[in-house]
Amino acid sequence: MKFAFFPGCVSRGGCPELYPAAKKVCAQLGIELDELQDRGATCTGAGVLQEKNQFLGDVLNARTFAIAEGLGLPIMVICSTCQGVMSQANKRLKTDPNYLAKVNEQLSEEGLEYKGTASPRHLLWVLVEDIGIENLKTYVRRPLSGLRLAPFYGCYIVRPSEDLEFKLYRDREDSLEKVMEALGAEAVDFPGKTRCCGFPILTINEKNSVQMVANHTSSAKELGADALVTPCPLCHLNLDGYQPSAMKQTQQDINIPIIHLPQLVGLAMGFDPKELGLSRHIISTKKVLSKIQVAG
Amino acid sequence: MQVIVSVNRFDPEDSKGKYWQDYNLEIGENSTVLDALIKIREEIDGSLAMRCSCRSAICGSCAMRVNGHARLACNTKLVDMTDDAGMIKVEPMTNLPVIKDLVIDQQMFWDKIKQVSPWLQSEGPEPKGEYVASNESMNHLSGVMACIMCGACVSDCSALEVDKNFIGPAALAKAYRFVADPRDSKSVERLGVLNEYSGIWDCTRCYECVEVCPKGVGPMDRIMALREEAISVGYDNTIGARHADAFSDLVEDSGWLDELRLPIKTVGIFNLPALLNFAPVGLRALVKGKMPAIFHHNVPNVENVRKLFKRIRNNQNIDD
Repeated sequence: MKFAFFPGCVSRGGCPELYPAAKKVCAQLGIELDELQDRGATCTGAGVLQEKNQFLGDVLNARTFAIAEGLGLPIMVICSTCQGVMSQANKRLKTDPNYLAKVNEQLSEEGLEYKGTASPRHLLWVLVEDIGIENLKTYVRRPLSGLRLAPFYGCYIVRPSEDLEFKLYRDREDSLEKVMEALGAEAVDFPGKTRCCGFPILTINEKNSVQMVANHTSSAKELGADALVTPCPLCHLNLDGYQPSAMKQTQQDINIPIIHLPQLVGLAMGFDPKELGLSRHIISTKKVLSKIQVAG
Repeated sequence: MQVIVSVNRFDPEDSKGKYWQDYNLEIGENSTVLDALIKIREEIDGSLAMRCSCRSAICGSCAMRVNGHARLACNTKLVDMTDDAGMIKVEPMTNLPVIKDLVIDQQMFWDKIKQVSPWLQSEGPEPKGEYVASNESMNHLSGVMACIMCGACVSDCSALEVDKNFIGPAALAKAYRFVADPRDSKSVERLGVLNEYSGIWDCTRCYECVEVCPKGVGPMDRIMALREEAISVGYDNTIGARHADAFSDLVEDSGWLDELRLPIKTVGIFNLPALLNFAPVGLRALVKGKMPAIFHHNVPNVENVRKLFKRIRNNQNIDD
């Protein structure tokens, strides 16, 4: 199994623990990765660049898709935001041939052309759709039994569900819970699981953004979760990095760890927590590790 | 088929507060959630309060939360929503006060709509006949004009959940309908107001409103169009606009995001209070080895990316 790998900016920026964890897990699963950024792929625009210029954002994503087409490989991402922004751009490009032609006109100077065959997918979906839940269980060396985990998807991997082809791929709706259970943990039914973490308005309205962090982390804790698990590094940045601010703003003790999806899979595979970057979180992961009898 | 409709009930004259009540009923396979609620009210429990009228997804009266998301009860089939035990959960919309059971107080919704002056404001001499607008411009607006004011987008809005001052998706979609109307002469003034606090930049871009809108209005897409429009007419000094600018410049420069420089570039290198505000978070990240690299590398062939940015910008300036 081989993918054109698009790790996104945050997995090597604000969440540098994510990138190596994802690479280790993929290697263990026998997934070969061809790094798209080494071949010149750019940031997706994250929806922010699109606020200023959606056409430019679509051209950048079409360029990445064209590079992957050239390699003859499907694209894999490890960020909900990358997933959503790519899927939205791809839908516009695939449904309007005139628009695609206009975008390709911009790419032609570099000798690139997007033919419309890309279908970027998150590692989470690859685990469920390609590796398969039953097969994933065979990689578990350290079952996460006893752990109660609250899923936190991140907006862009669940909405708009039409762009993400949820009707075609029914398992996507509860993919995170399926993976957690395959690894031996218990998924906590959590009303905040598909809500916004607040990250996109962090610099614009910090109070509102931090309030969202407080609401989600405290409600997961009240439901008895040991940690939240997310496939989105932007959610991680806010839920982990701004949890101290959330505790201060709402004057409560929350302290619930936020774990990246690949870290969770890696833990169950038996990797050392340090290798997975679990000591590089703002909110300590030690309580979670001790619950599965691993030293942090 | 047999279904269990679990309804979140509330009566202000009862001390019980909010509680769930389950109704078991036998109903036809093709029934909607509204059919079930009407059957409950008429045959089982006359005290159940709800709004409904047209039963055809036109009037917008029967918006409520079904299994945790706002929808119109009249165009939601029961079979699509019931779980393995044949149960669905029905609640009033959120972000608006509940009057009784499934009936919410719409006052806040209408106040916000009124805030955007939802009428055409034309200037100059009145034409002899009607105001003329091109087919193209009206086709573009037909999507947003499909809004039936049901309030589903307001109910599930993430920003409104934490800040009731946010003007919200329905009012902003309505504002776009006038900003983008060629017969309106107040677009720039309208954008000026929407650019203020609690306006277009407070949206979290979470797509909840796009997902729940029963008429395909896509409120968030309209908010993004308003942001683009506001920047293009010169409202480019809000923190939101500067954030988009800084983001775009950094991607143009290296091909990918330099996360260390993004906040600094957004608030401005000489804005000491704002920079100091980042200090505790930055320090915590530094201690944990989470800081992005100080020396940010470029993606290979970054000159092609820079050329692309420049060419697209130039072409668009010519088009304008």
